[in-house]
Amino acid sequence: MNTILPVFVLIPLLGFLSSLFIREKAETALSRVAFVTVALHFVLLLAYSVWWLTNGHVPFDEKDLVVFQSTNYEFFIDLCFDKINLVYMLTGGFLVMLVTIYSRYYLHRETGYKRFFNTLLFFYSGYTITILSGNLETLFIGWEILGISSFLLIAFYRHRYLPVKNAVKVFSIYRIGDVGLILAMWLSHHLFHENITFFKLNNYELVHEHLQTHSLTGVVLSLMILVTAAAKSAQLPFSTWLPRAMEGPTPSSAIFYGSLSVHLGVFLLLRTFPLWEHQTSVRILIGLLGLATAIVTTSIARVQSSVKSQIAYSSAAQIGIIFIEVSLGWLDMALIHFAGNAFLRTYQLLVSPSVVTYLIREQFYSPVVRKKTIEDLLPKKLSHTLYMLSLKEWNLDNAMYRYLWNPLKLAGKRLDILTPQRSIVFFIVAVVAGFILLWNESHLTSGLMHFLPFFFSAIGLVLVLKSFTERKNVKLAWMLVIMNHCFIALAISFNEHYTMLHNVLYLSGVLVCGAIGYLAIRKLRLKGNNIDLDRFHGFSFEHPLLALVFILACLGVSGFPITPTFIGEDLIFTHIHEHQAGLALFTALSFILDGLAIMRIYARIFMGPHVKSIYEMAYRSS
Amino acid sequence: MSTTVSFVPLAVIPEQVSSFAQFNEELTLHELGHYLPAQSPLKDFIHHNTLHAFQDRKFFDAIRNASTRFGYKVSLSIEEYRQYFKEGKINEKFLDSTIARRKGQHLVEIWKEKILTGDLTTSALPRIGMLRSNWKKCYQVDLDSMVHPTLFRLVCSYLDQGISSWQFPLQDRNFLNSLREMEKNSLMSFFKSKRVSKLFVENRLELSDLLEMLVGDEKYFSQYLFDQQFAHQGWSGMVATVESQPETLIDSRKITLKDFIIFELLLEMDALDRHNGVGKWKPLSQVMVETPSDLFASVPPTEYFDAIAIFQEAFEWSFYDEVLAGLIMQQKRLRSKHLKTFQAMFCIDDRECSMRRYLEQEDSHCETYGTPGFFGVEFYFKPVDGQHLTKLCPAPVNPKVLIKESGVSTKREVDPHFSKHTHSIYGGWLISQTLGFWSAVKLFFNILRPTGSPASASSFKHMNKDASLSIEAGEHIQYENGLQVGYTLTEMTDRVEGLLRSIGLVKDFAPIVYVVGHGASSVNNPHYAAYDCGACSGRAGSVNSRVICYMANHKGVRNLLEDRGIVIPNTTHFVGAIHDTTRDDIEYFDESVLSLELAEMHRKHAMTMRSALDKNAKERSRRFEYVNSSKDLNRLHQDVRNRSVSLFEPRPELNHATNALCIVGRRNLTEHLFLDRRSFLNSYDYQIDPDGTYLRNILRAAAPVCGGINLEYYFSRVDNEKLGAGSKLPHNVMGLFGVANGIDGDLRPGLPSQMIEVHDPVRLLIIVEHFPDVVLNTVRTSEATWEWFKNEWVNLVVIQPETHELFVLRKEIFEPYLPVSKVHYTEKLERIIETRMDNLPVYSI
Repeated sequence: MNTILPVFVLIPLLGFLSSLFIREKAETALSRVAFVTVALHFVLLLAYSVWWLTNGHVPFDEKDLVVFQSTNYEFFIDLCFDKINLVYMLTGGFLVMLVTIYSRYYLHRETGYKRFFNTLLFFYSGYTITILSGNLETLFIGWEILGISSFLLIAFYRHRYLPVKNAVKVFSIYRIGDVGLILAMWLSHHLFHENITFFKLNNYELVHEHLQTHSLTGVVLSLMILVTAAAKSAQLPFSTWLPRAMEGPTPSSAIFYGSLSVHLGVFLLLRTFPLWEHQTSVRILIGLLGLATAIVTTSIARVQSSVKSQIAYSSAAQIGIIFIEVSLGWLDMALIHFAGNAFLRTYQLLVSPSVVTYLIREQFYSPVVRKKTIEDLLPKKLSHTLYMLSLKEWNLDNAMYRYLWNPLKLAGKRLDILTPQRSIVFFIVAVVAGFILLWNESHLTSGLMHFLPFFFSAIGLVLVLKSFTERKNVKLAWMLVIMNHCFIALAISFNEHYTMLHNVLYLSGVLVCGAIGYLAIRKLRLKGNNIDLDRFHGFSFEHPLLALVFILACLGVSGFPITPTFIGEDLIFTHIHEHQAGLALFTALSFILDGLAIMRIYARIFMGPHVKSIYEMAYRSS
Repeated sequence: MSTTVSFVPLAVIPEQVSSFAQFNEELTLHELGHYLPAQSPLKDFIHHNTLHAFQDRKFFDAIRNASTRFGYKVSLSIEEYRQYFKEGKINEKFLDSTIARRKGQHLVEIWKEKILTGDLTTSALPRIGMLRSNWKKCYQVDLDSMVHPTLFRLVCSYLDQGISSWQFPLQDRNFLNSLREMEKNSLMSFFKSKRVSKLFVENRLELSDLLEMLVGDEKYFSQYLFDQQFAHQGWSGMVATVESQPETLIDSRKITLKDFIIFELLLEMDALDRHNGVGKWKPLSQVMVETPSDLFASVPPTEYFDAIAIFQEAFEWSFYDEVLAGLIMQQKRLRSKHLKTFQAMFCIDDRECSMRRYLEQEDSHCETYGTPGFFGVEFYFKPVDGQHLTKLCPAPVNPKVLIKESGVSTKREVDPHFSKHTHSIYGGWLISQTLGFWSAVKLFFNILRPTGSPASASSFKHMNKDASLSIEAGEHIQYENGLQVGYTLTEMTDRVEGLLRSIGLVKDFAPIVYVVGHGASSVNNPHYAAYDCGACSGRAGSVNSRVICYMANHKGVRNLLEDRGIVIPNTTHFVGAIHDTTRDDIEYFDESVLSLELAEMHRKHAMTMRSALDKNAKERSRRFEYVNSSKDLNRLHQDVRNRSVSLFEPRPELNHATNALCIVGRRNLTEHLFLDRRSFLNSYDYQIDPDGTYLRNILRAAAPVCGGINLEYYFSRVDNEKLGAGSKLPHNVMGLFGVANGIDGDLRPGLPSQMIEVHDPVRLLIIVEHFPDVVLNTVRTSEATWEWFKNEWVNLVVIQPETHELFVLRKEIFEPYLPVSKVHYTEKLERIIETRMDNLPVYSI
């Protein structure tokens, strides 16, 4: 640790942690802690930026903390600072600070005042880590925090159906992005044989040398990054999550989905620019994706009749243009465009309730004439088609279901033979068999040795698929996720000889949190609650504490950076060989589905309208 | 204040029949329209009884039925009542007397134990939705989530008043025809199923044909439609409202509930075809496993609802009794006869209750009056450059007069943040990189130093005070839009006379009579219209106050008035004004015509008015947690003003929250009573209206207007999720006419939680100062008015003006009532205001 950068990471984290200990009703204390944290952060940042700019503005990078080390693997926290960070940090700091002040009054007396500020600070911690990160691993920590805090903010009104449904939807898209990132990390490992820092990517010779020999790996790596960036920045085909994220209180929608969160895909592209700078095909692809998004989302934005979805789609369109700018190498312009778009959309969303007063007055004073639009130039048939297409959001939302989730669900339904008893028996048999095989490894043919990792990871995938689609038995769904992790560990163990410590690291968090989660479910059932996964139960209404414990367990199990599992996951991946794309894909898919299955369980048990109708509950459609 | 309309005249309310009957399309559609929320688009937000459809039943009977059928929560919860009992908000005395009255004296102890500690739960699921839930049970299909997003988006786009850049094509046709035309002439389809698309395009099927395909057995049709429409009562309610009042949308649309339902039925069939496959599903009645209970079968009383009724009445009377005790105490005080410095007329609105008190406190020689804030002048208003007309009188009234503003042109400010260009590719690109940075600066200053902006609603902007108005019709009466421009001399005289007699101001005129309308200011508030004067259809009352003052100052009018027995001395002048209830600011009209002497007086009164406003702001501030009420008065008032322009302030003011009373009588009844801004005050002198002619008009307005406000607050408070709009923080403006949560949600009619959270749900108590027999005759003359009292949606008490005895209306007759509470005298009101945030007891001051 040689500079102030870790301080910038620590301030929001400390603010977040201390905000957890404040009483629910202590509004002033909560908002003050949030404000002091963010304002202090911003002022320090401002001072530092001035100092940095006047002192030659040299970009730098520092390895801050080695978390885990083995012979050919090092997991370390790395931070860096250059103009990209500067712009993102200042824009983010400024907006978060204003929104903190804004929300102090706006959320007054709202149930969940504390939750809001907790999540806001949590988000800001994640944002800071992501922006200041100097390598993909560090960035991933921040990225995960952003994903979870987004989920929590979208589902802020957790007792209504739609916010929870949409939160799960958005989370699943984010999860796709996460896997892109995991695979990118895996590939870059094999490409560079280290956890490469973003700064080393600037070393043209180094990058060029590696890419030359592994050009396909390079392209796939860039594509993975592009998938992640597109998912986070609501580009095609993921765009429809953005308007659906507008379920929380207006200021949180403004800052997260109007400005900061949604521009992080751009950030990832800017950060990894040197990596794909010389891959012309990738650059063309990014540019085309941006262009296609800009056109499609603009057409959708034009027909929106609700103010927030209109802003969301316009913002996505501008981000499409920023993608084009980045692909053309106009990085400075992209930065300016980012900041401008972030400010503009934040402000537009914050004043969006005023639109009634303003536009009704406009309407009152101007004669009703149907404005000619560009679409009037089209033949009627085309114009109607375009209108309907845009109104249906180009079927993007349906396509997500049809091509991604429905096949998974269908596959899961085939697995109804897996009853709890059967799956436990199966699990024990398979694990014992696995261990026996592992013990007698020397007797196995090499063909079998190649096959077994696939086999066991496929079993893992099947189990988690079942968990993801289970409709009745909560305990089963939960256990299947844990089992999946065990199978992944088993699979990889066949793949390569490595110390058991890696597996312990990987499974420790999963097992401990798994047990905690199991106990939480048991406790809920002991209280006479009948839980299935067919509907939302909303138990956080009655058992807020249990909900908190359970979500921590969920985070632990899904490899969130609060247990060693997080490092373990990354570590496990390094043991997958470069040529084992299939195994990598299986494992990555397992991770996606793990996260999804778990958040689904959490949402179904604890969120949504409470099952007992004696409480004042909103309509499902509201 | 805002008003209510009984949308459906009583005579046509259909008989409640079992819904399991032969399908009568017209009747079912009519009934649906009747039961669905009747809230107009946001710009015309009008308070009304949320459960108006049940108003033909007694209150407790009605809420029990509403709750069991539609799943509404219709009162506080038993736990909340018990908590109130512990806190003393429900007084044991009244609990006992309520039980005795409802259950008999001998059962008091048994019932008391039951409701205070017994196990009282109601866990039965509401009947609504039961029939339609069979789809999910039989076919594991979630129709709502497949149909709603498309349906909501389509109807919102069709009705959109100006959010979208590319408006709905073919909007000049009706809803169904324009959709059909698009379906025919396009490469896309609204449906996945070819079969359904064909059905739609061919258009040979009636509503009942579709129902037969989908539901099967005719006896379930009606209930199925209720289930279906109440799964999104917000949108359906809006459609029904636009159907019955097309003029409520500036850019009008032709939509009917029937068209809307037909399209939804088609979407449902499409969803089933998609989910099960064409021909692989059967009508609901053939596959459902259990027969649902009849939605409209009458709901038998239960102990739970009996307990609710007892608690509610005891809660109400714990408060009413204090007020009544205070009132008869006041009766004994005599008002000194002295020279009046000025007189001021305010709106009946509960928000003016404290304002009048402070004014009288600041100048003990002044006199104040309360009357509905359109001041008896009903007309349409057309501002300079306005393309449309604004109705400035209670919503049910249909004026024949137009008043035009002329002379000055008000420049409207423009805010580019609302420009459509920000949503286009190129415009967005340019704007985000230029204006975007200006947004940051604007946001910064708006948060640190809130100021007004073009986007805020301001009561003073309603009319340009320097403009001239076409109040008087010339010799040759002109007509515009079928309306007479200005009033004739007789019409003006009638209105002035009516106003003065109804409030009892027919002699002893002071040199200046202020007529103060009111309005509100707010920003970032889609419900802004609910904050303005409802007697002016949710607009500010500035034009009305100017108009009535012009009439009252008119030479010709005064001459005619003299003939009719009202002599206004030449030295008396009427001055119009507007009171901004959010900012506690006041603006006067036509001050320049005052004589030197009057102008001097006016200056003095304006100072009085200002300090009364300061104190009023202080009293209001006690409810605002973040305003320190013991602060220096000027700075405190500034804090209060800032709320009206702060983007982040969801409670610019609290509007009608805590309203509970409506007192119709002379001011000396209430002059020395602290009622905590909970009372509508209508001035009325029984002596000049012995047979109740004016009283009839007052009550005909007060019962639905104040009762409507009161009940909307009541129901939004007790079930903010189903009958109210929920928290306004996540609201998203849909098409400029409604709000929803998120982008795919149902519209949320009713009041947001921020407006009702401090409200105590008690029914309105109307107190009239007159003889019981006169009052009874008066309220019985109009069936519509009588229904409010007869069915106990508002309570009625009469003060006999000579004996000061009280009579309460119970079971349609007046019973004598003797209050038991003690009302305390206090001199430390200021101290109390500075320290307490909760509802205060009645004080004598």
